[in-house]
Amino acid sequence: MSLLKIKNLSLAIHGVPILKDISMEVEPGRVLGVIGESGSGKSITAFSVMQLLPNGAESSGNIALVGQDILSLSEVELCGIRGREVGMVFQEPMTALNPLKTIGAQVAETILIHENVSRADAKRRAAEALRRAELPQDQFPLSRYPHELSGGQRQRVVIAMAIALRPKLLIADEPTTALDVTTQAQILLLLKRLVVEDGMGLMLISHDLAVVADLADDLVIMREGEVVESGPSDALFRNMQHPYSRALLKASGHVPERVGQTQDAALLRVSKVVREYVSHSHGLWGATSHFRAVSDVSFEIRRGESLGLVGESGCGKSTLTRAILGLEDVQGGEILFDGQPVFTHHHANKDVRRRMQVVFQDPYGSFNPRWKVSKLITEPYHLLEDPPRGVEQDAAIAEALESVGLNSDDQHKYIHEFSGGQRQRIAIARALIIKPDLIILDEAVSALDVSVRAQVLDLLADLSDRFGLTYLFISHDLSVVRSITERVLVMKAGEIVEEGPTGDVFDRPKHQYTKQLVAAAPALPADVQVA
Amino acid sequence: MLRYFFKRLLSLALSLLAASVVIFLALEVVPGDPAAYMLGLNAQEDTLNALREQLGLNGTILERYLSWAGGLLTGDFGISYTYRTPVADMIGDRLWVSLPLALYALTLSTLIAFPAGIWAASRRGSYVDAGVMGVTQLGVAIPNFWFAMLMVLVFAINLRWFSAGGFAGWDEGFWASIKSLTLPAIALALPQASILTRVMRSSLLDTLGEDFIRTARAKGLSKGQAMWRHALRNALIPVLTIMGLQFSFLLAGAIIIENVFYLPGLGRLVFQAISARDLIVVESVVMLLVFAVIMVNFSVDLAYALVDPRLRGRR
Repeated sequence: MSLLKIKNLSLAIHGVPILKDISMEVEPGRVLGVIGESGSGKSITAFSVMQLLPNGAESSGNIALVGQDILSLSEVELCGIRGREVGMVFQEPMTALNPLKTIGAQVAETILIHENVSRADAKRRAAEALRRAELPQDQFPLSRYPHELSGGQRQRVVIAMAIALRPKLLIADEPTTALDVTTQAQILLLLKRLVVEDGMGLMLISHDLAVVADLADDLVIMREGEVVESGPSDALFRNMQHPYSRALLKASGHVPERVGQTQDAALLRVSKVVREYVSHSHGLWGATSHFRAVSDVSFEIRRGESLGLVGESGCGKSTLTRAILGLEDVQGGEILFDGQPVFTHHHANKDVRRRMQVVFQDPYGSFNPRWKVSKLITEPYHLLEDPPRGVEQDAAIAEALESVGLNSDDQHKYIHEFSGGQRQRIAIARALIIKPDLIILDEAVSALDVSVRAQVLDLLADLSDRFGLTYLFISHDLSVVRSITERVLVMKAGEIVEEGPTGDVFDRPKHQYTKQLVAAAPALPADVQVA
Repeated sequence: MLRYFFKRLLSLALSLLAASVVIFLALEVVPGDPAAYMLGLNAQEDTLNALREQLGLNGTILERYLSWAGGLLTGDFGISYTYRTPVADMIGDRLWVSLPLALYALTLSTLIAFPAGIWAASRRGSYVDAGVMGVTQLGVAIPNFWFAMLMVLVFAINLRWFSAGGFAGWDEGFWASIKSLTLPAIALALPQASILTRVMRSSLLDTLGEDFIRTARAKGLSKGQAMWRHALRNALIPVLTIMGLQFSFLLAGAIIIENVFYLPGLGRLVFQAISARDLIVVESVVMLLVFAVIMVNFSVDLAYALVDPRLRGRR
């Protein structure tokens, strides 16, 4: 008998259909991968199993957990199942824990709520659950608070909470999306171990085919609230039938075509740059200590080149970006753009600054929602002494929008009228409008769905060919960096540990850290044919 | 935690110092000579001089500031220009009315706001929620002196449950005093409770939308358990801020209500002192209120640290 059997489930929220007649099964001791892009209904499917749905949700069909019909249970009965029979792990570990309670209290709560045991007993078992989630008591005592832990460690606490009572089913909704690659690999390994040890069923939800490919025994591919294809993952990867699944697979390994006209002349030269932060930590008037975020970093970007910069969170990527943009001064070394310093007299050198632009990760947070697109994308004009006005400005707006594949009429709209991918195109248009030489792409495609990401990467490749742009491409995603850059720098703890042609570095990493990164990066099975 | 405490304490001392300078200088530039005011229009120049000397009005600005601030520190607030009695005694008497009144009003407002805010938040979008929001809207809009007069009409004049004004004095017994403070405290608490209810409700609703509430629900907690165990303490932080501000306001801002009920409180004292140009009383009361505000903020900061472990580790 299946552990979880979802049959012909449909769901509407306030009359809007979200799930349409979906079916899937999870067997004990097996992993079901649920894959889909944003809006595919994969998270709502998970919350349907928990029956933690938004107000106004109406379901029909059947969800059977060990033969028990979930949809017919009362709220009290459901509370008895959540946490005991089904555990759940969420995407964002930074906010998934109560900041005011110790991790011990939060894990013990799962036990106390379901079983009539003493507090001491619950604590002992909470310590055991944390140990199984690989947070040993000698380093991570129960008395720790969430803010004292890193993202990966917090995710382990959430996992410990979910498995404390050894549930039959664990649902993990994008459990590693917010984590670094090496942490992601460790968490996936932990989940796999728990499935094997406890004979638990795991429903692993992800937008990333590669993350699921390694782990899942069975796969379900969802789009717009429907299951488009499902089956054992080996067979499915080898023989995808549905055009959408094939498109998804193709997009996740997409390599844009670039002509690439790298010249020999260096456009940006970073030499021996040091960036330190002062942290006051020793008493009120005591000595200050320095934190070195970027340490002795040197590299060059040649004109027309696309250079990748990879590294995990906290490695100094963003600090380096700010220094290159002239937003902050450096404590040692120098940064020259076309021979001129980027930072002079306590502020960014305007002559140079107007030739560099940046595109950030978050297509939702990086626009003022009260401005029209025309005003948003002409913002860099403040860098020019004599910006175009009137008809000339209208022409420039139209050109920038059209070059990123949007319509010139879009300039009269507000940002909420656009999808994530379109917003990122607008961000690129904003960078293009003053015709810069260098564009820094700071995780610019990380928040996008794979198919949209493929389109944006194509656009970037096309633009660099047309306008002779130079890119500094910062990302934690090795496959994206591989697809669009010629050369790559690997950064760790403020230092560049390895650099070279992208293919060479990733195929034959020399530095220990690069080896780790490459090994941790999720990959599709090698024998998968991309049609 | 200890470092957090000392840092707050240092900032408290600096705020007091800055406030004393500002208050002193502000009253320096106000026109009018207290000595001339006290002795009337026909006073002789040498009599005036003698009085100025006695009041400490001669000497350089720095000398006068130091003697005033030094006096404050030792509890010597000077002598009132109009009543010729020590300011410290006058303030002390009035404080015995104003402080209990402020505490009474704050207690009432908290006792109303917490349950009402929690009730409204836990039934978001229901008639209960709409009702609570409507009543609090009204509570904020109604001027409290008008509400006070209404209560006097109903409870003092018609029903004769309370007296219409005046203060029994603590010598008359605890309950008699509390009784005479009840109507003013209700009048003061009405707008405060309304604001606090709305803050409590919206803060709690924000917290209930947080990811960790979903985590708690996934563990098997019911909606109510998740709210009481996880949301409430997190929602308290903005509520504490507002309560701190309200207490300071109640201590200083009861002038109108004290006048409506003829209460011998600090508000009325300051009001009378300003009309009589009794600068030393004004200075002292204002300084005392500043001290109270800063102390309240200090306590609120400490309360934050008790609620939030993230602050305890901070330096």
